[in-house]
Amino acid sequence: MSSKPKAKKEPMPPLKVWGPSVALAWLVPGGGHLLLKRSGRAGLLFLAVAGMYLLGLMMRGTLFTPRIGDLLTTIIHVGGFVGNLCSGVLYFLTVWLGYTQPDMAGHVHDYGTKFLVSAGLLNVLAMVDAYEIAIGRKS
Amino acid sequence: MPKLNLTHFEAACLFALFTSMVLGVVTMNSDRGRVRYGLKVFGYFLAALIAIGWLMKLGHG
Repeated sequence: MSSKPKAKKEPMPPLKVWGPSVALAWLVPGGGHLLLKRSGRAGLLFLAVAGMYLLGLMMRGTLFTPRIGDLLTTIIHVGGFVGNLCSGVLYFLTVWLGYTQPDMAGHVHDYGTKFLVSAGLLNVLAMVDAYEIAIGRKS
Repeated sequence: MPKLNLTHFEAACLFALFTSMVLGVVTMNSDRGRVRYGLKVFGYFLAALIAIGWLMKLGHG
């Protein structure tokens, strides 16, 4: 029997190397890249994430609140809330300024809700990219 | 804030545009590669959008 050689696990880089850029990337879309002196990419990420979030608001999308119920309800509402939260300061500003939109029928509202969650998920991709740049895995 | 009324097609095109921008920026390592990948992903989004749109139209009869 042949045994596969175990892939050697790389040690986790210290938090102070990647922590500030990932935290800033979460709070301000593109902020992590700006901190790492990738201003062009930072601008594009900000434009894409903030643009998608603003369009979601203009389409009167719904912001999720975490709700526990059956499995599907929990996945949709907790997952949606986490997705919204990943937009960072955009989400906090929206809540602070008192944006409320009940869940309504209609394709425009529905797209708006998806845009708001997707903006947060795109910001997660930007955070992962900032992490990889910070630890030197990417240029 | 103004209220936006978009068709399915317009909303899906905007979604494709922003998503392909981010995917292009975070996926490739050179600027040229990022532009090419972003355009390719945007093209795939549009192709899938039109193909699935026709599929639904034909499926509904």
